[in-house]
Amino acid sequence: MNNNFPEIRWEFIGDYVEAFINWLDTTFAGLFEFIRVISFRTINGIEGFLSFLPWWVLLIIIFLLGWRFKSVFSGALYAFFIFLVGTFGLWDVLLTTIAIVLTSVFISLLIGIPLGVLMAFSKKFSFMMRPILDAMQTMPSFVYLIPAIFFFGLGNVSAVFATLIYSLPPVIRLTELAIRNVDKEVIESAESFGSSKLQMLKKVQLPQALPTIMAGVNQTTMMALAMVVIASMVGAKGLGEQVLISINRIDISLGFEAGISIVFLAIIIDRVTGGIADRFQKHRGTD
Amino acid sequence: MEPKIKIEHVSKIFGPRPKSVIPMIKEGVSKDEILAKTNHTVGVYDASLEVNEGETFVIMGLSGSGKSTLIRCFNLLNNPTYGAINVDGENIIEYNAKKLKTYRQEKISMVFQHFGLFSHRTVLGNVEYGLEIKNYSKEKRQRIAMENIENVGLKGYENKYPDELSGGMQQRVGLARSLANDPDILLMDEPFSALDPLIRREMQLELLDIQDRLKKTIIFITHDVNEAFKIGDRVAVMKDGKVVQVGTPEEILEAPANDYISNFIKDIDRSKILQAQNIMIQPNALVSLKDGLKVAIREMEENGVSSAFVVDRQRRLQGIVTIDDVVEGIKEKQSLEDVLIKDVTTIDKQEYVQDIIPKALEAKFPLAVINENNKLEGLILRVHVLSSLVSEQETEDNTVSES
Ligand SMILES: Nc1ncnc2c1ncn2[C@@H]1O[C@H](COP(=O)(O)OP(=O)(O)OP(=O)(O)O)[C@@H](O)[C@H]1O
Ligand SMILES: [Mg+2]
Repeated sequence: MNNNFPEIRWEFIGDYVEAFINWLDTTFAGLFEFIRVISFRTINGIEGFLSFLPWWVLLIIIFLLGWRFKSVFSGALYAFFIFLVGTFGLWDVLLTTIAIVLTSVFISLLIGIPLGVLMAFSKKFSFMMRPILDAMQTMPSFVYLIPAIFFFGLGNVSAVFATLIYSLPPVIRLTELAIRNVDKEVIESAESFGSSKLQMLKKVQLPQALPTIMAGVNQTTMMALAMVVIASMVGAKGLGEQVLISINRIDISLGFEAGISIVFLAIIIDRVTGGIADRFQKHRGTD
Repeated sequence: MEPKIKIEHVSKIFGPRPKSVIPMIKEGVSKDEILAKTNHTVGVYDASLEVNEGETFVIMGLSGSGKSTLIRCFNLLNNPTYGAINVDGENIIEYNAKKLKTYRQEKISMVFQHFGLFSHRTVLGNVEYGLEIKNYSKEKRQRIAMENIENVGLKGYENKYPDELSGGMQQRVGLARSLANDPDILLMDEPFSALDPLIRREMQLELLDIQDRLKKTIIFITHDVNEAFKIGDRVAVMKDGKVVQVGTPEEILEAPANDYISNFIKDIDRSKILQAQNIMIQPNALVSLKDGLKVAIREMEENGVSSAFVVDRQRRLQGIVTIDDVVEGIKEKQSLEDVLIKDVTTIDKQEYVQDIIPKALEAKFPLAVINENNKLEGLILRVHVLSSLVSEQETEDNTVSES
């Protein structure tokens, strides 16, 4: 280098990080195994179920979902979108992508909601978690691929893990916010009836927070979908992999087909989960 | 009788070190001074009072005077910084978590200013909440909830959500919800303030009606004097966290403890508070039916009046005689019966001044105040009615300006 900036070799920090990751890997081996098994089973379960269904049943389900949460027209449009993806010859990879996305969302909620609740209840915990969440959200998502491979090897589970880290923070944040924002008088009225902490959480705080949490599900799902291509770099199958292949081969037609399929999926998932969230908004209260 | 609730020297201080302010309270340092010196807010300042069983006890005061802070001490939504709150002889501040839970589940419930309803639950779901918390069976709690929903006139709305109801109906849900637990004590923090005047009046009457049937001990907060005096058996006035006067509406109206209270009650409509028995005077000239006309004349002359009520031996009102008729009657050698005017305007002793005014304006003779047995209790002259509408304060002001 031609400037005179003093150079310090910081490799030892990298060494520490590596040692730390190793330590994590051995200490929490059980946990990682647990995550691996759960993710693996869930992905395979969903994928197996979807491919067990005749293709037209899935189209009908998509139509019904669109109809129920949006309109008849939307339902028909969404079914048509999926039909198009099928005609591209991408049916199987579409199912894999859906399975990965749903699994990521499912696990995000499973971990994120309890953490959000804990943060709402404990100022200390919230204070501790905040910088971690900030880091998780601002770190370029490519970085997550490294520990993902390290812990889970190449494949769909790594994809879920990387997606998880990326999509978890909004769930946690929204849950905390939603629970903290429940109307004070409503909390007090529950308290004045002699509710226990658990009853309060189950019967009042969570149900009251649900509309906001549902809005979070919409966000999480979109983020999971956004990770699809990136995650294919750690060997995830699905539409993302097709995009990756098309880049390598400079195959414009495959790239377009896979890309537009992801867009279709995004539109459908966004509209349907958005519609579900709106349902929950209905009896939010008067103020 | 032992009071239902008795609070002693209760103070509630907000700030980082509330307890450190207690010595200043004991010395009587003012709320403002404490705020300036220590940056602590005194919500309730050394309050002591007693509430009797079955009584509607109203706490009134301007905004920020500490009403909410005080009422929330009764179910420990606020933990007092100092003092004792005895309910049925037990100091609830010493309750452990379990006892407190039972106390809240069984003995006391609260109605909130903005209703505090659970927006995710139906009317039925709201009303049964307190019972659900106590693990009542679904069938039992729904039966009780339905009874209470009917009681507040919401039958048919049980499956609606709160946001589908008007404000008045929402507060009925709030009321039904707190009554479903069948508590001894009902706390109501400005329950009708968020409602428009017409609905508000309706709810006040409804509350009086419910109270007539259920005889709960009610602590009711308002900053509306008319509301306070309308529904309160006794009223406490708060200022700067202190309880500055406690008494029946009439007592407070007749003898406001200080300028703050007189100011407070200045714009009250006295005609809706005062009853005939509050403004009547003792009948000075009374004639018995068996007395002669001569006796009647003497009675009137001695008292310097021109008419006298006639009663029988049980003091039941028979009519009135005027001095002119009596003088005439003596000339004509008539009896008392002959000159007796039976057509006298009578007023029940519990009638409100606002209803007496038109009668007083029409009547030719003094109004006779009677009780339910037709017994004469007092009389009211037109001047009494008019002067009752002018508060003490104003009378003083007038005297000053006239002299
Ligand atoms: N949680 C709190 N923290 C700090 N100060 C408080 C708190 N609650 C109440 N106060 C203060 O205590 C005082 C009394 O408030 P309070 O709400 O009891 O008044 P209020 O008589 O109910 O008034 P309003 O008619 O407006 O409801 C006020 O000075 C208020 O600022
Ligand atoms: Mg208040």
